[in-house]
Amino acid sequence: MEIPFTINERPDTGLTNPKFGIWLFLASEVMLFGSLFTSYIILRIGSPVPPHILAWPIQSQELNVLIGAINTAILIASSVTMILSWVALKEKQFKKFKLYMGLTIVLAVLFLVVKIWLEYLPKIQHGHVMSTNNFFAMYYLMTGLHALHIIGGIVVLAYFWGPGAKMWESNPEQFTNRIEVAGLYWHFVDLVWIFLFPTLYLL
Amino acid sequence: MDISVSNPLLVMSDPHNNLASNKNLHYVLIGALLLVLTVVTVWTSTFSFSIGVSVGIALIIATVKGSLVASYFMHLITENKLILIILFFTVIFFIALIFLPLSDTMNTVGSPNVY
Amino acid sequence: MTEEHHEELGWWRKYIFSLDHKVIGLQYGLTALSFLLLGFMLMILMRWQLAYPGEVIPWLTFVLIFIFIGFTIIYLAGKNRPYLALNSFIFFGIAGLIWYFTTGEERLPGGIMLPEFYNQLGAMHGTIMVFLGVVPLAVGAFGNYILPLQIGAPDMAFPRLNMASYWVYFIGGVLMIISFFLPGGAAQSGWTSYSPLADINTGQTMWLIAMLFLIMSSLLGAINFIVTTVQLRAEGMTWFRLPFFVWTQLITAFLLLLAFPSLQIGAIMQLLDRIAGASFFIPAGIIQGGKVLEYAGGGNPLLWQHLFWFLAHPEVYVLILPAIGIITEVITNNSRKPLWGYPAMVYSLFIVGFLSFVVYAHHMFITGMGTAVATWFQTTTMIISIPSVVFLAVLVFTLWGGSIRFTTPMLFALAWIPMFGIGGLTGLPLGLAPPDIHLHDTYYVIGHFHYIVAPGSIIAFFAGLYYWFPKICGHKLNDTLGKIHFWGTLIGMNLVFAPMLVQGMAGMSRRLYDGGMEYDHVQPVMFLNEWMTWGSWMIGIFQIFFILNMVLTLRKKSPTEDNPWEATTLEWATSSPPLAHGNFETEPVVYRPPYEYNVPVNGHIEPYLPQHKKVEMRD
Repeated sequence: MEIPFTINERPDTGLTNPKFGIWLFLASEVMLFGSLFTSYIILRIGSPVPPHILAWPIQSQELNVLIGAINTAILIASSVTMILSWVALKEKQFKKFKLYMGLTIVLAVLFLVVKIWLEYLPKIQHGHVMSTNNFFAMYYLMTGLHALHIIGGIVVLAYFWGPGAKMWESNPEQFTNRIEVAGLYWHFVDLVWIFLFPTLYLL
Repeated sequence: MDISVSNPLLVMSDPHNNLASNKNLHYVLIGALLLVLTVVTVWTSTFSFSIGVSVGIALIIATVKGSLVASYFMHLITENKLILIILFFTVIFFIALIFLPLSDTMNTVGSPNVY
Repeated sequence: MTEEHHEELGWWRKYIFSLDHKVIGLQYGLTALSFLLLGFMLMILMRWQLAYPGEVIPWLTFVLIFIFIGFTIIYLAGKNRPYLALNSFIFFGIAGLIWYFTTGEERLPGGIMLPEFYNQLGAMHGTIMVFLGVVPLAVGAFGNYILPLQIGAPDMAFPRLNMASYWVYFIGGVLMIISFFLPGGAAQSGWTSYSPLADINTGQTMWLIAMLFLIMSSLLGAINFIVTTVQLRAEGMTWFRLPFFVWTQLITAFLLLLAFPSLQIGAIMQLLDRIAGASFFIPAGIIQGGKVLEYAGGGNPLLWQHLFWFLAHPEVYVLILPAIGIITEVITNNSRKPLWGYPAMVYSLFIVGFLSFVVYAHHMFITGMGTAVATWFQTTTMIISIPSVVFLAVLVFTLWGGSIRFTTPMLFALAWIPMFGIGGLTGLPLGLAPPDIHLHDTYYVIGHFHYIVAPGSIIAFFAGLYYWFPKICGHKLNDTLGKIHFWGTLIGMNLVFAPMLVQGMAGMSRRLYDGGMEYDHVQPVMFLNEWMTWGSWMIGIFQIFFILNMVLTLRKKSPTEDNPWEATTLEWATSSPPLAHGNFETEPVVYRPPYEYNVPVNGHIEPYLPQHKKVEMRD
């Protein structure tokens, strides 16, 4: 049994099921990260002024702005290669798709490597963990949840780069749709980081 | 490629390469703009503004960057109306989620039992 | 959809890991009903303790009753219906659980309940009823089974996602039950799990992990329902031809989609407070057992309440909106009249859905909320009561002048109107801060929301079960047994919940494990505890008629008729039960609004005009 409008758009709504589904998922994600920002704001304005032991630090002094900025650049670059891989499929250039998608995955992994080896591990070695204070708890929670989204993205993109790419032979249209949907998710993860970076590193 | 032929601007030249590189250039430029804005936001954070001003600047730049990603990479400017309506209500609820708890919390700021 | 297309699926793919929305709906329904029964048994234990504090609980009676019902089902199912016989395990399971509760010094030493265990029962009763019982029944079961049929769809938009959301829900439920067996027992900080108590109490970790599964399941389900409703409507099924039940499911799905993430974050933060030593919700200097706990502090306990109620108030509408949808279907069908104000209902639904996000902090008036903020929440709360009244008014106007059939589902639907009315009206004083501050921590609140969810939602689900049972197995449930079940349930429920309002207004505190024995001011209403206990027994005993009714009806062979209620909506446009693949023989086409009962057609009155029936109009 075929579910209608999996590949083609429904005429009166102008949408395919997967694309509509991913946008609903992203709407839910907006509320998910929205709750995080609410928590961040409330905990931060509820914290005492600096001489107090529980005062929040000036964040750019605790976190390495340069590493954060480099990671921002990496994610933006991966977003660009992601959309280029989709354009390549639209142009029916499968080899270009493989190249750009591969680059996206490499950049995503690079982001995680920087995040874990250059940020998390040195901080933990310095004894800055979740129980240190709420600033670090919030930092680990927000970046950790974002990193989980990155990992999820890598799994999905790697699947489409590797075994999932077989679909290009049998059903190129559906495969292009899948890449578009995966791309929407990936850009959203990038978008979240664009807000996380100033919130955590600069302010 | 029938898509490119239908575009009158590209009929004259080699349609295959031109369309792809045109679109690609467009996206690469937006990516470059995002990188520039990243540098700008880091640069502005080095000034010692008051906290309100620096939050304002950082959020404005982040919002501009976010809108670029959403509008162009996620194609929101040409997106389906239904999706835009749903996202509009999501944004309203997002604002409620931020400001309703905040309005309550502002009542208790500064009282020692919060810490 | 043709015969040669589908290969024969194995037993596992057919009954356990099925992708068919009807099987998944039944799985949801069966699991949710089992959890309702379990949550009910927890409540029976609590009520016994409240009526006879410090006395031995007759747990052996409970165990024997459940074993007896289990064996009766096996006997009635016979050799030919192994799937039906399998259901006896639910009853043996609950019997085993009660038996487990009575053993062990930390729960019921010598059959006498410990306060800690009473707290566990309270927290788990609320959690199981709301998150594992009512929501999965309303959305997972009714939504899954009925919604695709009503819009003329072959299945849900994402069948695999549908299966995944059931199994994620199932895992969440199993984890909840497992938490009873862990050292320290289950969660005991109430279903609201307020911090910092919940941060340091035993049993909470497993509760949070299980909740994360349940939230994930609801989010996946919500996406599926919205996409299905928007994308898979049959030809001609325009927005204002959707049956009202579909509308309620659509708005419910949006509430789940956009409200649940806040509790997801809240649950993750509370979990990190517990296992990673963070202090998101913990102020400095919390003292437990005379020792200052080692937390950095700086957290905000009210943040948890905000995150929790931002979900949990829309969640209340998740509990009641599908119920309103079911009642609308049953009432229009049995009063043989078009729904009186269909557009008013739909617009009210939109307003309720929207406002439910901005009223939530009326649950928090007693936290010392400032007057300006409280004014906002009081105002929005008063406004949201208007569309709720529109629902009731429209249903009553639909009855007016109809030729009412007093079938069993209709009895439940008719009883629902005043019951929901009581539930709604008793809520008004709680929406205003001054009376709320007096009533908030009393049994009045318990009475109010139980009137909404028990005689409200659950009565509506009974109406839906009786109404759609012939759709599922091709036979109506027995009417006599159904009426016995109806009267027993209705009277029993009122016997339990009406005294709560009285006790609450007398100032009796909720959450006390002995019912407040040491307080003078509640002595005049203490005797009501015994009434309520016997009322709850009455509810329980009359459910046996329902269980018996279902088992006896499922025993019948060869389905009788496809449309026994002479209904107009699309779920009756196919055979009963519907085809396993694709639901409909041919894709249905919709020609008219959903409730065309006794409408004039070509000069005569048509008793009912199904949505898919083509009629040539003469002038």
